[in-house]
This record gives sequence, C-alpha cells and structure tokens, in this order.
Amino acid sequence: MEPTPEPPVASSETGGSGVGSSIANSLLSLRNVTKSFGAVQALRHVDLDVPPGKVTALIGDNGAGKSVLIQTIAGIFPPSTGEMYWRGERVHVHNPRNAADLGIATVYQDLALCNNLDIVQNMYLGREEKRHGVLDEIKMELETKRLLADLSVTTVQSVRQLVGSLSGGQRQSIAVARAVMRESQLVIMDEPTAALGVSQTAQVLALVRKLSERGIAVLLISHNLNDVFSVADYIAVMHLGVLVSSGPIANYDTTSAVELITTGASAKVPSSLVRAGHEG
Amino acid sequence: MPDTKGSASVTDVNEQLEPVTAPIGGSTSTPKATAGVAGQIRTQFKRLRSGDTGLVPITVGLLVLIVYFQVRNSVFLSASNLTNLSIQATIYILLGMAEIWLLLLGEIDLSVGYVAALGGVVGTILTDYQFHWAWYLALPLAVLLTTLIGVLNAVLVIRLRLPSFIVTLAGFLIWQGAVIYLVDHQGTGGAVPVQEKVLYDLVGGNLTPVATWLFVLLCVAGVAYLMIRGTQRRRANGLDTVPFFLTLTKIVLLVAVGILLIVVFNANRSTFVVLRGMPFAVPIDLALLAAGTFVLAKTRTGRYIYAIGGNSEAVRRAGVSVNRYRFIAFVATGFTAGIAGLLYSSRLGGISDSIDPTLTLYSIAAAVIGGTSLFGGRGKMVHAVIGGLIIAVIYNGMALLSMSPPTVYIVTGIVLLAAVTIDSVARRGGPQLR
Repeated sequence: MEPTPEPPVASSETGGSGVGSSIANSLLSLRNVTKSFGAVQALRHVDLDVPPGKVTALIGDNGAGKSVLIQTIAGIFPPSTGEMYWRGERVHVHNPRNAADLGIATVYQDLALCNNLDIVQNMYLGREEKRHGVLDEIKMELETKRLLADLSVTTVQSVRQLVGSLSGGQRQSIAVARAVMRESQLVIMDEPTAALGVSQTAQVLALVRKLSERGIAVLLISHNLNDVFSVADYIAVMHLGVLVSSGPIANYDTTSAVELITTGASAKVPSSLVRAGHEG
Repeated sequence: MPDTKGSASVTDVNEQLEPVTAPIGGSTSTPKATAGVAGQIRTQFKRLRSGDTGLVPITVGLLVLIVYFQVRNSVFLSASNLTNLSIQATIYILLGMAEIWLLLLGEIDLSVGYVAALGGVVGTILTDYQFHWAWYLALPLAVLLTTLIGVLNAVLVIRLRLPSFIVTLAGFLIWQGAVIYLVDHQGTGGAVPVQEKVLYDLVGGNLTPVATWLFVLLCVAGVAYLMIRGTQRRRANGLDTVPFFLTLTKIVLLVAVGILLIVVFNANRSTFVVLRGMPFAVPIDLALLAAGTFVLAKTRTGRYIYAIGGNSEAVRRAGVSVNRYRFIAFVATGFTAGIAGLLYSSRLGGISDSIDPTLTLYSIAAAVIGGTSLFGGRGKMVHAVIGGLIIAVIYNGMALLSMSPPTVYIVTGIVLLAAVTIDSVARRGGPQLR
C-alpha cells in the first residue's frame, strides 16, 4: 500500500483516542446510535467518526445495516436513540432537508436524475439561476462546464447532452458533481460502482479522490474491496447492525476486512481498533 | 492494485479507454467551437438517429400532404382555401396546446374537448340577445370557468390521487352532459347561435391588410432578433453555437413563411366583395404558442414540468414542490381549453347539442403527431401547431376531393399511427428517456 496522499493533520487518530476529541476533529460523528424497526434492531450502539476531506468506506455484508446507517445520516428516518454531531456541534436531522442544509448530500443508487433533461438542467434542478426573471442558461452552462472540468469529468462530449444518453459512469459522475455544486461538505455514495464496468469504475473512483482533494468528505458504501482499498482513507466495518471496527485503511488488508465483514472479528486487527458495540 | 489509488493514473486509464471523446474544459474550447459544416451536419444526423428528430420529419410529412392535395385539386393552395385551412386548424392547434401541458407531465385530459365546448357555450349564451352581457365580461368568465375545471381536475388528481385518465373520462361525460343541457334549455332549437360581434370576429374577423403586414413583420423580426441575440450571447461567453449558416437558413425560411402568409392572407378571396387580411384566429394561435413556449423553455415552471414528466421523484428530492407544478399545468390546460372553446363557437357560428365527440381525441392526436410523447417529459407547444395543421390539411384536402367522413377518419388514424411509429422507430437507437 502506498501512503495516504497527505498526513491527516486536522483529523484525529480515530479509534483509540478519547471520544470528545474525535467529535471535535470529525466532520460528522455518531454516538451510540440505535435504530429499531419494531422488534428488529437494525443499528446497535453505532459510534462513527467521519473525518473532513477524507474518504471513509463503509463496508459490511448484506443486512449489516449499512443502508440504514446512511439513511439515518441522510435524514430519511431519524435514529431511535443516540446523538449526531456535525463539526463538533450536536445536531438533529429529522428529514432530508435538514441533512442537505448541513451540507450532507446523498447519491443513491438510482441517482435521481431526469433522463429527459440535459446535464446542465440536471445539475441545477431545483436551484436554477435566473437573469431578468428568466432562466440564465449561459451562466448555468458555464458553471457546469467549469465544475466538470475541475472534477476531471472529461468524457462527456457536451453539457447539453441529455442525461439519458450518458453511460452509467457518466451519470454517476453527474450525480456526484451535482452534490458538489450544492456545496456539500459530505457526500454519501451508495454502491456507486455496483453496476459499472472497469473503465467506468475507474472514472468514478477518480472522482471520489477528486472530491477528497477538494476537501469534501466522502462516505462510500461498497461491496467491492478492490474499490475500497484503492480509494479509501478510512474504513468502517459493520456486522449485524454493530460497527465492529473502524480506523485508517493502513490497519487493514483484504483478509482482515473479509474476516470482519463475515464474522465481525479479526485476529489481524489490533484489538483496540475493534469496538465493542456497547462502548460510549 | 495500489497503483490505481492516485487520481491522475485513474484519469489516464479513462482517456486511453475512451479516446474519441473531447474534453469539455473551458481551456480547450475555442469561442467558435463548431467543428465546421461537416461536423454540424454529422451532429444533426446523430440527433436524428438518436430520436431527437426535431420538426424535420413531420414538416416534410406536412409538405407531402400539401403537394398531394394540390396535385389532386388545384383549389387546395388557393388563398381562400388556405385561409380557411388556418381557421380549421385553429381548434386542433389550441386543443393540442391545452393537452400538451398535461402530456408533458405524463398525465392526460380526455375531457378537454367538452371543457372547451362548455366554455364556448357559456360565452355564447351570455352574450346572446337573451342575456346580453358585455363581451368583456362574458368571454373572460367563460375562460375562467374552464380554468376552474382545470383546478377541479388538479384537486382530484393531486389531492385525492385519482388517475387523470379516469378523472377526465368522467369529465368527458359530465361536461358533455352539461353542454347538451345548456344548449337544449335555451329554447333555440338544439343550437345556441353566436349573436355578439366580438365573439363572431374571433374567427370571422380579419386584420386589415396593413395590420397583417405589420403583424407578420413584427413576428419575423422578433423571432429573428431572439435567435441572433441568443447565438451572440453564447458566443460572447465562449460557448458552442450553431453555425452561422444554420441560423441564416432558419431566418431565410422564416422570412419566406412570413412573405407567404402575407401573400395568402392579403389576397382578395371573395368574388363579389373585397375580403382581405389575416383572420384573428392566427394571431391568437401565435400568442398562445409564444406564451406557452416561453413558459416551457425559459421559466422554472417549464423546467419542472419537463422534469416531473421525466422523473418526478428526482424533482421531489431536489426540494421542488411537485404538486405545485402539476397544479399549474392543469390550470394552463383549462385556460387554453377555454380560449379554444370560444374560437370553436366563433368558427361554427354557435354550438349545437350534437358536438363532435372526437374533438378530444384530435387534441391528443395533434400533440402526438407533432412529436409530443404520451408518456411525459418530451414535447413542445409548436408540436400542436404542426399536428393541428396536418389534421386540418387532411380534413380540408379530403373534403375538396369529396371523400366521405369514414375515409377521413381512417386516413387520419393511419397518419397518427405513422407519426407515432416513425417516432418510436427513430428513438429505438437513442437514449432511454423514461
């Protein structure tokens, strides 16, 4: 493994340190978050720190609670118990708009794009620029081109192409770029590469790194450990609703990650990194 | 595997794998990045192939029909027949425009024909010798009534979540009944005649020849100005523009159509008295076309109506009130239907209790023949104009050839089928829009 691009100056040494300092140094922190659906406990006492400007991969088997966790963060349904901190401040996210107002954007697998609109129209959907009372197409088009160039999304021929004519990777890129345009601090991506081929996966992973370079934190759900190890700075592993382990990616390898995903424990990962579900 | 971590190397992989695509970054695009005439033609061809056919095929179809009827009967292209044609087309055009607001959402209005007729009946009755309302009260009231029917439909579809197909199917029956009831209770023998000059003149009156000149000149100059200014603004900002020759071709065509309109409408079309000038129906059509096109292309309302037709969940998640814009579209449909109804009554000189039940279906046919999708998200106001003209041409031409109504129905049906088939086949290779 090559070293991470830059030393994590601002972020805490997640995992071993005291809870208070990691809340202060994290962009988003969850403490003791529990979510029940009737008798089913989907999340059990989850503590998670998402450092600013880093890529955090959330991994786990089907039914481990990854989706419930991100939907809780995104405000789809509030947690049953537990606290959420944003830049060290206690926050309450009751609905998606609360999350968006904080600067949390979620890119779901369906991407929520309008295929019959072009790239510019999708990028600005819901927040169109106006000039003299009518849509300012020129400003929106210039901004879109600038942002896509910034994000190195270079494979689309024209920003006036209909989104329905784009490839899966391009569509994913547009959905992410839209989140960036809304000045999000944290972009949550749900299985962004699940349906993509090799080159398109590379395209999307490059974009994930690009976000991190711009200081935007990414919380990435993935089943693909290749993707995770190629792009993530931190890892958080879930198993049966419990966040069993989290820490810098250097502390993990494919074998230990697979062990954690399947059994919830690994001999290779130092025990201090493995969180007991009821701590905090 | 570790190698792929750096973003630069990942990007390189992309560029190797997809070498044909051009970068979209501002640095590489020149202010006149139009890749020449050949490139532009290739782009246009690609658009045709991908189903973004624009108005070209359907306009060709219209011209073919016109040539056919002219060959069969030389009266077809006479000034008087063409003027008559423009009046005949008006009802299909206006009802088609009313329908397009809802078709764009993926909704449908089966009642629009009878809603229009109801507006026509109310406007006609209130201004007749019995009620004697002033036209400036009665006609807006009629349009207000149809607009309120639009509100009612909106409430039923949005609040009660009923399918628009069923709501407006019920409306088809209810408003049909209302029209017949109103007509039959006037004691005028199964029809209410137009007795107000302004209502009669909506279709029966003409601009003076000078006013026709001025109106056409204003329209052509206005559209040409907007086209040139739009291109210039894009160029000034370093954005891709359509090549100058294409804009020029469009403007030349526009001028040609303008001259044609002046020649046709300003020719004397009566043998005994002088009858010249553009029928009022044409500026009314064009005004609604301009207003509808403006809203759909230049405002958030229009943008959201398209977006809802494409993916309403995406619009909802973008924080837009989907129901608000669905409501606006229903109201616009009711409003446009009211105007259509007044012109309908004006053209027929009144409304009878045996009103054509296929009116609604023609409104949908006009929109779809013109290129508007039944499934939402794709369409333009101008589609109703071209589709309405095609239906009117078929009607008018076949009447000149003394063909029977059954033949007319069959031919119109075949044209509708052909238009939808061409559209569907053309789009098979293109992007999945829904």
